[in-house]
Amino acid sequence: MARKTVVPFGPQHPVLPEPIHIDLVMEDEKVLEAVPNIGFIHRGLEGLADKRDFNELLYVVERTCGICSFGHGNGYVQAVEKIMDVEIPDRAKFLRTIWAEIARMHSHLLWLGLQADQFGFESLFYEIWRIREKVLDLLELTTGGRLIFSVNKIGGVIKDIGDDKMKAILTNMSSIEKDMRVVQKTFMGDYSVQSRTKGIGVLTKDQIHELGAVGPVARASGISRDMRKLGYDGYGMIDFEPITSVFGDCFARIDVRLREVFQSIDIIRQAIDKIPQGELSVNVKGNPNGEALVRIEQPRGEAIYYVHSNGTKFIDRYRNRTPTFANLPALCEMLKGANYADVGMMVVTIDPCISCTER
Amino acid sequence: MARIMRFASTMLANLFKPPVTTKYPAEPIDFPEGSRGHIEIEIDKCISCSLCALNCPAGAIKVDRVKGTWEINRMDCVQCGYCTIKCPKKCLHMMPGYTEPEKEKKFDLFQRDPAVMEAERKKKAEAAAKAAAAKKSLAAKKAAEAAAKAAESPAAAKSEPTKAEQKPADQA
Repeated sequence: MARKTVVPFGPQHPVLPEPIHIDLVMEDEKVLEAVPNIGFIHRGLEGLADKRDFNELLYVVERTCGICSFGHGNGYVQAVEKIMDVEIPDRAKFLRTIWAEIARMHSHLLWLGLQADQFGFESLFYEIWRIREKVLDLLELTTGGRLIFSVNKIGGVIKDIGDDKMKAILTNMSSIEKDMRVVQKTFMGDYSVQSRTKGIGVLTKDQIHELGAVGPVARASGISRDMRKLGYDGYGMIDFEPITSVFGDCFARIDVRLREVFQSIDIIRQAIDKIPQGELSVNVKGNPNGEALVRIEQPRGEAIYYVHSNGTKFIDRYRNRTPTFANLPALCEMLKGANYADVGMMVVTIDPCISCTER
Repeated sequence: MARIMRFASTMLANLFKPPVTTKYPAEPIDFPEGSRGHIEIEIDKCISCSLCALNCPAGAIKVDRVKGTWEINRMDCVQCGYCTIKCPKKCLHMMPGYTEPEKEKKFDLFQRDPAVMEAERKKKAEAAAKAAAAKKSLAAKKAAEAAAKAAESPAAAKSEPTKAEQKPADQA
């Protein structure tokens, strides 16, 4: 019987871009139990919510996190629009869809790069981030910001994408797709990638159901759950199916996210094809009074936005449940019985976004 | 099918390609139109309404209505562009080009033209005087109207007190 030891993982660790602390109870090289500890970068977003008026709060909410920024803004404005019973113009819906999908590509490419970096495939990491740079340039061209766009407003969007910019998006999408085919072949076919990821951190469909995991982690275990299917924004008018895998290991999670990048390219093409001409926003008068709950699909999974307001310009309560927060129990379950060398890999495969989690 | 060195062709091709990055300090950055860099103000158009300062989510803008100054803390500004939407005179613009990093916080102070402010103040005072005069004349007019009304129906107004006067007399 070997002695149990507790090995701290994080808050500073080479695989972690953001601080999270996990206490690993180890027996020899095996992890018996993982105890997560969050709260290193808590900023008190819920407290800020009643100090800003509901229009200003949008800009605060968008800055919860640098990667999921568009999703946060989108979820919050949707919740307020739901309270105020505002129907935004179709063009604004499609523009939001296009931006959300470009943001998803940028998030997934960032994660794929980090994943490649994690198992020591430096040149693949550089290659992916080179592709991601094209996506960021597209975002800067269409919104003005590379990571935080601030293009939403309550009642629509504030910027339009002109025809020339639409063309620029389409040409860039073709070149990104071409580059990503090479990256996909490398990820899916390379011997060393497979030996590091296949059969590691397996979660079954039942476990995912019990633990309430969301997003690509759930879809990699065969649960076809995608909030975009609810048909918010322009997704109701776009033809797509959630991408799933059946294996539930780290390799399947990479596979799902890689295919989601291609799906995003497809959705952007459809949206540009179907986008109608028209107004960008409707005028909204008065203050919100009531409550609303909105579920949207962030790059990392399902995010929930709850807004409760009382008819003044300050809202009573704003809360969001972010996907990483929902995926942490799944991570702890995954870590049980794992080898110490695979811990970093598993922590990265849930795509941890700690800024979102701690808000 | 698993294979080793699948990435080799890409790596070899990269040896003969120029770098994708630019030589930044030597080469200037090429910002696209509409890039969110920093806020610029056309101070001549500004009317010191301070809507930008009131609505700034980061509290980076300070407006002094008396001195006619508009001040921005470049390090606090988050480039959300809400002030450009809120400005009634549309004198705030989001321009490309980021604030360069510095050791100390950078403030930019803009002063409105004192002559314009003086003219504006005079105009305001005149308008106020005019309004006061108008109010006075309106009040006077109203008083006159009321007096005229009272004069029109003196019988109705006076009959009551006379009746009241009469009553105690009757009782007596």
